[in-house]
Amino acid sequence: MEQVLSKINRRHFLKVSGITGAGFIIGLSLKGKNVVKAGEIAPYGLTPFVMIEKDGTITIFNPKPEMGQGTFQSIPSLIAEELEVPLTGVIIRQTGGEKIFGGGQSAGGSSSVRGSYFELRKVGASAKEMLVQAAANQWKVPVEECYADDAKVFHKPSGKSIGYGDLAEAASKLDVPKDPKLKDPKDFKLLGKNTPRPDIPLKSSGRAVFGIDVEVPGMVYASVAHSPVFGAKLVSYDDAAAKKVKGVIGVEKCQRKFGPYTYDAIAVIGENYWAALQGRKALTIKWDNQGNDTFNSKDYTQYLHDLSKQEGAIDKEEGDFDKAYSEAPVKVDAFYETPVVSHSPIEPMNCVASWTDGDKLEIWASTQVPGGIMGEFTKKYNIPEENLTIHTMFSGGAFGRRLYTDFVGEAVQLSKAIGKPVKVLWTREDDTEQGPFRPMTFSALKAGLSADGKALAFQHKVISPTIRYSKNYDKTKTDGTMTEGISEQKYEFPNMKNLYVNADFHVPVAAWRAVTSTTLAFAHESFIDEMAVKANKDPMEFRLGLLTKDSDTKTVLQKLKEVSNWDKPLPAGWGRGVAQYEFFAGLAGYVIEVSKKGNGVNIEKAYAVIDLGTVVNPDMTKAQVEGAAVMALTAAIKSGITFENGQTVQKNFNTNQLVRINEMPKVEVHILANGGPRIKGVGEPGLPPFAPALCNAIYAATGKRIRKLPFDIHNV
Amino acid sequence: MPEYTLNVNNKDYKIDVDAQMPLLWAIRDFVGLKGTKFGCGIAQCGACTVHLEGTPIRSCSFPVAAAAGKKITTIEGISENIDHAVQKAWIEMQVPQCGYCQSGQIMSAVALLKNKPHPTDADIDAAMQGNLCRCGTYQRIRSAIHRAAELV
Repeated sequence: MEQVLSKINRRHFLKVSGITGAGFIIGLSLKGKNVVKAGEIAPYGLTPFVMIEKDGTITIFNPKPEMGQGTFQSIPSLIAEELEVPLTGVIIRQTGGEKIFGGGQSAGGSSSVRGSYFELRKVGASAKEMLVQAAANQWKVPVEECYADDAKVFHKPSGKSIGYGDLAEAASKLDVPKDPKLKDPKDFKLLGKNTPRPDIPLKSSGRAVFGIDVEVPGMVYASVAHSPVFGAKLVSYDDAAAKKVKGVIGVEKCQRKFGPYTYDAIAVIGENYWAALQGRKALTIKWDNQGNDTFNSKDYTQYLHDLSKQEGAIDKEEGDFDKAYSEAPVKVDAFYETPVVSHSPIEPMNCVASWTDGDKLEIWASTQVPGGIMGEFTKKYNIPEENLTIHTMFSGGAFGRRLYTDFVGEAVQLSKAIGKPVKVLWTREDDTEQGPFRPMTFSALKAGLSADGKALAFQHKVISPTIRYSKNYDKTKTDGTMTEGISEQKYEFPNMKNLYVNADFHVPVAAWRAVTSTTLAFAHESFIDEMAVKANKDPMEFRLGLLTKDSDTKTVLQKLKEVSNWDKPLPAGWGRGVAQYEFFAGLAGYVIEVSKKGNGVNIEKAYAVIDLGTVVNPDMTKAQVEGAAVMALTAAIKSGITFENGQTVQKNFNTNQLVRINEMPKVEVHILANGGPRIKGVGEPGLPPFAPALCNAIYAATGKRIRKLPFDIHNV
Repeated sequence: MPEYTLNVNNKDYKIDVDAQMPLLWAIRDFVGLKGTKFGCGIAQCGACTVHLEGTPIRSCSFPVAAAAGKKITTIEGISENIDHAVQKAWIEMQVPQCGYCQSGQIMSAVALLKNKPHPTDADIDAAMQGNLCRCGTYQRIRSAIHRAAELV
């Protein structure tokens, strides 16, 4: 789905949206890592990431859904930079899982930019070289005398110029350069700069179109009732009262499929959303809770504590932990707990689905995974890919929730059942009650120190359910997901043994922004602090002492030390704490300063350092880290999700509270972009180290060690 | 069902809906303006904020019958060309991330600046507390409101 700012762009969009080929001249694709010509539109089997038409219209296709993280700017800018076009002069279209755009049409794992950085630049550079060559041929001048700028090719000696549109046809007949020359970063106009996001005017005026805003002719609305108790089966329902609600046009059963679970659901269909919702409230439903209605957080917490006594599966072992720990003169042991939390994007789950002609399906969704939707629903309904059209809408937040397609499946089933386009819209209560959730992780940590405070042995044992659903899950091994990062920290421990104990859990769980690192970093980095305290060392110096070799982690800590003036004394009643965490998505760290306030603390300032190697948009990176800090703070100090009687205690934002503007700490973000072979992610790394840095600061200010999240910041 | 006349952004719309229907759904699904968003349905998140006679209200929890005949302003009504001072500041400070809550944030900010042309941080906290942002753009919202105060 495109997002258009002006009427001119709208006109252009309409022309290309049919992809009938009339205006299409040049399209470049990626085949593996090579740039190739896409050919004419109709028969092409390759990825047209960029299209240039005769009238000069340039369309850049963005395979990475925009959910707030900025791919609507960052991804097109990779192509635009090399193509020498301003981002304001192009149409940006989100792809919809079409085969021709290849794999990777999804956003998650902070992977969008780091996974596309060189390939998409090569696409832009190839197109530019072809256009420049076409101009040189037309003018009969040496190609070296020509250069591209602002969607035109210029002849340097004469000063004449010609627009890309006028060159497109000739350029399309040239061979794609084998090895296009990428720009020297010092010549970048977009990359590495604070380039404004093209979606921001749309999002500052109510014009951005999210999934919830989609309307198609003949569309009806559905509100879907699910059991509040996880694992209940439908016994019967009475829809007589629902059908009497004015505007209600039908009641249909459907199923919500999530991971290994299939949940019964009943949808009330209405002429408008309000009618559907009123009808749904009038349903009388009898559920068989299958004994799941006694499930509660207190018992489950005890179960995890009991499980922690198990040895667990080995995640990573180095040296001889057991021996070194038992012989160590100084020992530190601690147990950490984290809560279940919700994703809670402010746009509730929704989807419009429309079946036509029996075997053609169209889907409009705020989703992170258009590619996944294409695969899942073509397979499920046995239709060819060309029969499924997916419109990837702007997502009103996602944070991992929109990696899943349970709500899409409901709309698809309902449209098939009633033969009309259906918009399914979950309520906030549905969203809060049904999950999926980030699972809790509990951590048992042990360390052995020498008498002079050297770390001799280290152990982090994780006890948790897993987010990795697989049919033949092997509990005797770690699945990697739930021990994320704990064995990859750069601290040098001569003896280390990290473990995982898998717990059963019948509540649907899922990846959440920064995944398991968001909970494990709290335990890991708080415990490092406990070790420092026991060793009677400054927490920053203790960490640096564990990093004798050069590493990005060491650089981040040194930068934090510098920007936070770590060695400068703080006012009385203040304390500062440090934490860092490196995991698959990237690396960041914080120094947080707090002051005592009553029985609690006030966050005075958070200094963040994020290490990227290469930065595409510094301002957007800062925004992502500022936001990650807020999300981490919510997960640290707000209730999270608890269970009673088999269901969530929290149902809406009145009980499942999020941090508000008056609780926003000052966050100062510093970016490390020192080059290097690896490009690290932006969206997630700002989250994991926040809570431990905060709790370490609280310890420094108050002497209170927080080992359980959430905690009351006003009463520590 | 009763017929109501809603005056939205200085234009009258005749709609035939249930009296208890929240103004939000009347605006979105009957007037057809989609800039005002649904987030919680219980006046906790502020995504649905519009102005009623210039005062911000949570339209998800405001019956349409009570809004009939009154002057309603939505995000679409504050400027034609995205050039209200608050919008200019929002763009300059690159406030939105996912953008979903921002219509509500902007409507709350417009009302704040009308009452307090030069708000303090405490004024901003008080006026903007009802608007949740899950992306966590609060720091930029604060800066942008101060910037908008200069631009007005």
